[in-house]
Amino acid sequence: MSKSIKIGYFALFREKTGKSEEIVTTDAETAIDLFRELEDCHGFNEPHGHCKVAINNDLAEWSNIIKDGDTVLFFPPVSGG
Amino acid sequence: MVITTKKIDVLEQSRLLSNSSAGAYASFEGWVRNENEGFRVLRLEYEVFKPIATKEGKRIFDKAKDKYAILDVNGIHRSGLLEIGECAVWIGVIAAHREEAFDACRYVIDRIKTRLPIWKKEYYADGNSGWVNCERCASAS
Repeated sequence: MSKSIKIGYFALFREKTGKSEEIVTTDAETAIDLFRELEDCHGFNEPHGHCKVAINNDLAEWSNIIKDGDTVLFFPPVSGG
Repeated sequence: MVITTKKIDVLEQSRLLSNSSAGAYASFEGWVRNENEGFRVLRLEYEVFKPIATKEGKRIFDKAKDKYAILDVNGIHRSGLLEIGECAVWIGVIAAHREEAFDACRYVIDRIKTRLPIWKKEYYADGNSGWVNCERCASAS
């Protein structure tokens, strides 16, 4: 069943997509499924293992289930410090 | 964990950790340097997603307190534009003894660098710019 997900992009991902957020309709079951859908259309070529994902403002696992109305944030490789 | 756009006053931060039971204070400062992998860096910019950076920072501090016999730990990280030589991050730990203070300080900065949603963009002397870790990680995998 399709669900509506709000997505947030940061740093390199924001520059590649040209937007900081968007709402998508998807059949993706998990965070990694959604990322794989989007990496093709947005040209992400960073391995997901180097990236992080947050669901509803908490860091999450790539295997976490996403639900209708969730906010999913995709973080490119971090470089603080 | 504090995220700030203002210059970090290290002395002021260390005073906030004051505790009469502490015999040791260990700190780490990360500074903006003028070179990275052969490229001359003019300045850099940090982008921070504050809601998760502060929350994850606190989790790291709590884990450090569980893991090491320390009295307190705190940290502050810059966001926005920084010039060469500025302090980008400060971590401070106090403990009864130096060994725990050193170990906990390293534990905290190592995790801050890999867990917090903070991104560094370098601006180079040749006019180019790039997100650190991003442009190289795809080819390295």
